[in-house]
Amino acid sequence: MNALLDAFFGAHLPVLPVLLPLFTAALLLLSGDGGGQASHGGAQLRRARRISLVSAVLGVLLAWRLLAEAAAGTLTVYPLGEWPAPFGIVLVVDRLSAMMLALTWTLAVPVLWYASGGWDAHGRYFHAVFHFQLMGLSGAFVTGDLFNLFVFFEVLLIASYVLLVHGRGRERFKAGVHYVVLNLAASALFLIGLAVVYAVAGTLNMADLALRVAQLAPEQAALFQVGALVLLVVFGLKAAIVPLYLWLPTIYAAAAAPVAALFAIMTKVGVYSIVRVHGVLLGPEAGHAALTAQPWLLPLGLLTLGLGVLGALAAHSLARMAAYLTVASVGTILAGVGLFTPAALSASLYYMVHSTLVMAAMFLLVELVAAQRGDVQDRLQPAAPVAQPLLLGLMTLLAAASVAGLPPLPGFLGKLMILESAALTPAHTWVWAVVLVGGLLTLVGLARAGTILFWNTVPTAHAPAASGGSWRLTSATLGLLGLSLLLAVLASPMKRYTDAAAAQLAERTTYANAVLAAQGGPAAATTRPYRGGEGEVRLPGAKP
Amino acid sequence: MLYLIILLPLLAGTLLTGWSGTRPDAQGGSRTAWLAATVTAAAFALLLIQAPSVFDGRVLLSHTPWVPEIGLNLGLRLDGLALMFALLITGIGLLIVLYAHNYLGADDPVGKFYSTLMLFMAAMLGIVLSDNLLLLIVFWELTSISSFLLVGYWQHKPEARAGARMALAVTGGGGLAMLGGFVLLGQIAGTYELSELIGQATRIQADPRYPAALVLILLGAFTKSAQFPFHFWLPQAMAAPTPVSAYLHSATMVKAGIFLLMRLTPVIGGSELFMGIVTVAGLLTVTFAAFIALFKHDLKGLLAYSTVSHLGLITCLIGLGSPLAAVAAVFHILNHASFKAALFMSAGIVDHETGTRDMRRLGGLWHAMPWTATLAMTAAAAMAGVPPFNGFLSKEMFLTEAVTFAQAGGWRTLVPVLATVAALCSVAYSLRLVHDTFFNGGPRDLPADAHPHDPPLGMRLPVMLLAAICVIVGVMPALTLEPLVRLASAAMLGTPAPEFHLALWHGLNLPLLLSALALVLGAALYFGLARSGRLHRLSSEDWFGVLTGLHLFTRGVDRLFGMAGRATALLENGSLQRYLAWMVFSTLVVAVAPLLGGAPGTGTRALLPASLVAVVLWALLLVACAWLVLRHHQRFESVVVTGVVGLVTALTFVSLSAPDLALTQLSVEVVSTVLLLMGLALLPRQSPRESSTARRLRDAALALAGGGGVAWLAWVMLTRDHDSIAWYFLNQSAIAGGGTNVVNVILVDFRGYDTFGEITVLGIAAIGVLALMEGMRTRRPPMDAEGRSWTFATQPLMLRVAARMVLPLALVVTIYIFMRGHNLPGGGFIAGLVTAVALVLQYMAMGQTRAETLLHAGSGSRFVRWIGGGLAIAGLTGVGAFLFGRPFLTSAHGHPAVPVLGELPLATAALFDLGVYITVVGATLLTLSTLGSVTRETTAAGEHP
Amino acid sequence: MSLEFLLASGIGVVTATGIYLLLRGRTWPVVIGLSLLGYAVNVFIFAMGRLWLDAAPILGGAPRVADPLPQALVLTAIVIGFATTGFVIELALRSRHETGTDHVDGHEPGQRPAAHAGSVQQ
Repeated sequence: MNALLDAFFGAHLPVLPVLLPLFTAALLLLSGDGGGQASHGGAQLRRARRISLVSAVLGVLLAWRLLAEAAAGTLTVYPLGEWPAPFGIVLVVDRLSAMMLALTWTLAVPVLWYASGGWDAHGRYFHAVFHFQLMGLSGAFVTGDLFNLFVFFEVLLIASYVLLVHGRGRERFKAGVHYVVLNLAASALFLIGLAVVYAVAGTLNMADLALRVAQLAPEQAALFQVGALVLLVVFGLKAAIVPLYLWLPTIYAAAAAPVAALFAIMTKVGVYSIVRVHGVLLGPEAGHAALTAQPWLLPLGLLTLGLGVLGALAAHSLARMAAYLTVASVGTILAGVGLFTPAALSASLYYMVHSTLVMAAMFLLVELVAAQRGDVQDRLQPAAPVAQPLLLGLMTLLAAASVAGLPPLPGFLGKLMILESAALTPAHTWVWAVVLVGGLLTLVGLARAGTILFWNTVPTAHAPAASGGSWRLTSATLGLLGLSLLLAVLASPMKRYTDAAAAQLAERTTYANAVLAAQGGPAAATTRPYRGGEGEVRLPGAKP
Repeated sequence: MLYLIILLPLLAGTLLTGWSGTRPDAQGGSRTAWLAATVTAAAFALLLIQAPSVFDGRVLLSHTPWVPEIGLNLGLRLDGLALMFALLITGIGLLIVLYAHNYLGADDPVGKFYSTLMLFMAAMLGIVLSDNLLLLIVFWELTSISSFLLVGYWQHKPEARAGARMALAVTGGGGLAMLGGFVLLGQIAGTYELSELIGQATRIQADPRYPAALVLILLGAFTKSAQFPFHFWLPQAMAAPTPVSAYLHSATMVKAGIFLLMRLTPVIGGSELFMGIVTVAGLLTVTFAAFIALFKHDLKGLLAYSTVSHLGLITCLIGLGSPLAAVAAVFHILNHASFKAALFMSAGIVDHETGTRDMRRLGGLWHAMPWTATLAMTAAAAMAGVPPFNGFLSKEMFLTEAVTFAQAGGWRTLVPVLATVAALCSVAYSLRLVHDTFFNGGPRDLPADAHPHDPPLGMRLPVMLLAAICVIVGVMPALTLEPLVRLASAAMLGTPAPEFHLALWHGLNLPLLLSALALVLGAALYFGLARSGRLHRLSSEDWFGVLTGLHLFTRGVDRLFGMAGRATALLENGSLQRYLAWMVFSTLVVAVAPLLGGAPGTGTRALLPASLVAVVLWALLLVACAWLVLRHHQRFESVVVTGVVGLVTALTFVSLSAPDLALTQLSVEVVSTVLLLMGLALLPRQSPRESSTARRLRDAALALAGGGGVAWLAWVMLTRDHDSIAWYFLNQSAIAGGGTNVVNVILVDFRGYDTFGEITVLGIAAIGVLALMEGMRTRRPPMDAEGRSWTFATQPLMLRVAARMVLPLALVVTIYIFMRGHNLPGGGFIAGLVTAVALVLQYMAMGQTRAETLLHAGSGSRFVRWIGGGLAIAGLTGVGAFLFGRPFLTSAHGHPAVPVLGELPLATAALFDLGVYITVVGATLLTLSTLGSVTRETTAAGEHP
Repeated sequence: MSLEFLLASGIGVVTATGIYLLLRGRTWPVVIGLSLLGYAVNVFIFAMGRLWLDAAPILGGAPRVADPLPQALVLTAIVIGFATTGFVIELALRSRHETGTDHVDGHEPGQRPAAHAGSVQQ
């Protein structure tokens, strides 16, 4: 059986993480959702949950299978429609892509599990849209074509718009307007950047671009950089980097818990694209266009970290605090990326995986806590004691300590890696100062929040308002938290993997050769001067 | 084996006590205590088993990699120093557990207490046993966290919460600084393993980064050991239960910093810098804290400051750096632990019995609790350095070292002076402690319900033991602690310990005179101050005004939060306009950067002459835009004018050889205009003018800059020829793609994957609209105050007729467009839109209600099915290729090997296009009908007759 | 005047108008601004294939054909723009229905949003 599946699907592994959620979503659409009358226990909802969860688990298997192959060093290239790169669209799974895929799907399962604890009944076609979102994420992570990256950005964005307003309510629609308008404007920028890139380089395939850009004349290189920097703004908005992070706190705080948890990966899509385009494509070997983003990434990253931490200190609700800590974590990662050394990149990747998982857990936790504090919810004010002080307290403590970078939790290891990798670069003083002080301030802020939430309780005449969270919600949150903590135990293999990933990214020619193999490698020129296609057109029958 | 010593309390201890403490049964308390005691005893025993080999001079190492990539390994090392500290931690720990069992009240959660205590003990053991500096940091911060939990144990008390947070902030922050220092050290030496670091001292201290590393590390040590000016957190931490104070703040945690200094002495010690900083810090601390202690009315407050002072003493000794100073330091650590723990426990007993720790209210307890009094007096005597108790010995050694140090002259002569002053003060406050608590008249102002008497044996026993140690060690040091001290100091120095002999009597010498002087003057000082209760009226709080570390810290934190709040509110002001402006602005800034070196100008490509029509269209465009800028408040107009712009766009496409684009643009135009008009109905006709002139100018500037930039880019590109991969499509489209309309072939074949994603977006958007509008109809208050209602209650006859005729026509056109798509402009998408438009027209014509039943059936789930189906068809077409072992979306053309498909050249591509078609129709209709049904409901609700 | 100039300046003007409307305070102008930006961007992409007269990319017809790739990209962009426009319109409506105002921030200028009220107690 397994062998049979392998024979049929084995060759198509790279595209399956995109197709699986698509067909799942289509199936969910076809089977309907009871016209929105889906009550909590509705038969259709239960079926939808079953389909959705099973598919998500399959997705995890797929992603980890790809991860295993990538870990072995194989760089899988999948030419869609059997058109060779760079003319057709190719999917490329290298270590970085595989890691992001695995992260996405591993995150998705507990989040879906949590959502099927009741959130999915608060609106229409939640599971379908959720899988569309997964499709968009997977597509963005595996594509080797810049324009196709845009298309899948749109897929994951439109899905995220829908998910954001899922559950409805005033705050969400308000936040929705901001989020959607900002991202639509960003999409316009994305297209402008792409157009410029094509106009200068004449190709859209990333591997091909990597080769072309190195050969550009200074004047063309400058224009290419303009396009690339416009893209940097787009990716920066997704990643929430200064000054484009301001939208994030309100929106993440307004989103439903599972949605916010899934959004933990959304900022990382921006980071991923920055790594691809600016870390690799315009890396040190990009000729006249080399290191286009260097003047921006490091300072802005550190600034983001600082302002994110300040925001966390200023937050008056746990949700906003978590949101701002997400911003801070992005700052940390981008600062690492901005150092433009493989060591720093590897450190940032490790930190990114950790922060994605732990922030997601944080967002779920916020709701668990809020649900047990009556009207005060997650606002940082004294309230009746929660029903499960020990459980929630411990979970919060662990998550918070990891976010603040206290040992032995993965947050600490990640920051340590970044510190070590920064030590060898000229910017080390700045990186160290900001990262360490930022850690201290985060610690102060979280300690205050924790003491207010769990210690500063006002005795209530009646028994604690809410009972404990349902086991489904709790187990989902615990699972996610456990996953993030697992990174401390598996730190060594993780680090080896990210090291290898960073090294692989630095090997641009190897990458290009692998992708363009069908074209006889980079030697053969892929682009030709375009002069109205004279001499290029071939018709059936006509002799070439 | 070494791991077991840590793992016992870390896992067994924490979990067992945690589990047992939360059982709801009567014996919970005692069982938990016994569990904790057993674990601690076991760890102690394990250490004793190891002891002999350590005494034989061996260093036990065990090493397991954890994250070797970053130099973090589970390396443990048991040498003399580690052994001494570990014995101290577990030994005192055992007594504390015993004591706490009787101390804790009925309503104190025992599980929480003991499991946290065990966690803390494990962390401490980890610190002293670590061989890897990063591992040491791990345990170091673990003590910060666990002490945070322990200090905040009585969470309902505000001072407990504040004290806990402060302790965490100061010690945790110090830990972060130390982390920085360690990483620097690691960068210098290339290793984090102590066993490899020791012996590199000269290399390390020669490195330019050494001072930075040293300062950072010292920051960590000083914060942990409450050295001036970081001492202030320790008194605040006294809000903890007394057993915790006795353990953390006498014997263990505060000694961690001391331990670190000792541990690293062979690595970073010995330099002038090290000696200078450490000695001075210690000296300041010892004197200053001893003086303040005298004026603390709270028993624990006094003890806290005295602890700070004694820690300063040890730090100072380490700073002096001579081998004998090291011996004295080690010795004093043991002595201090014994008498200070005893005193804390006695204070706890007093508190427990009388309900207060305020020496102004206590007094004359000698009669009530003779046992406690005796024990306390013994320990206090040791603290004051009265012979023959152990405190005397180490203090003598301190004075001796101070005197020898002073012989170098200069500022160093200050050392013995200050040391004597400190000794004098410690005599005074020890005296006060005893006299004010147990004598000095009768009880002054005890709580009404207090009937003080000696505590049960369980609570007394630990104190007795410790007091006994004070005496025995004092009388016969050589027989008791000398071997351990020799061992530990040797380990600390990294060289064989110097020749020394611990004894009461060293003959008549200067140090002896100094301490005699201290005794007399100290007594004089206290009784002088205490006469007629003057001391009780003094308070040290207001002496330094705002200059106390405590005040500065708290105010600093408040300032920080205030600043953070203001900064955040300033930046994140919730205004979308601001965020968008930021985005436009940053785009301009970053995009201009690469052009600063000189921007490319007009290229050499031959320009195309502009026809008159083109110029007219262009002028029309300008007018339309100007109109929009000036009159966008008029919503209906703005829709129409936008339509004009769209029209111009379409015409541009036509005239510039892009028929497909033109067709698509037009059909999209129609549908979106319908959408806009429908939406318009739900909004006020006008939007108020509100933005200030300044704001409008700012926006205009941004807009012009943005527009100018794009125009410039377009111009630069248009005037240059370009290279492209496009030749390939011209080359292959007809041959391999089977279509002469290259654009369409690219869409459904070369880049079919893009189209695939694009229709997915369309589908999601439509479903999103459905989800978005869900429940809107049932909402009150009514949707629209002043807007017109969008309804077709009465359909004009013409429209109905027109619609009837249009529908079949449209369907025919659709099929035509669809089929020709591959070779001529057209294709599934356009066909889909045309169909949708026709149906919408129908929808308008036949009136809401019927259209509803016909189209919006099942609250949209019909169209949702169409969307799902369309996507499924497109997807399955692509997957079909799997059957032939081809990649996703390989069109049948790719492989003539399959005769059946070979005969129908368009088979797969057309099937794919069919999926597109269905999706488009479903999505468009869903969007429109959802919006339509919303408005219908509101009109039905009756506010628009 | 050359076509190139007309096109470039036209794109610029529409873009500028789009940005200006995008920065208005009410949802409606913002929606209009977004669709204007859409037009401008589509033509911009199209222009990156440079300008060709009587050269529709249909083989076998005219001797010369315009660069088909940008056209294909524009088609995709148009469709995506269409989808998102539809969504944003209805989102604007729903948000107004929920908040009672069509201001982009969901509250009339001057009112402080709830999220920024409240203070933290220690």
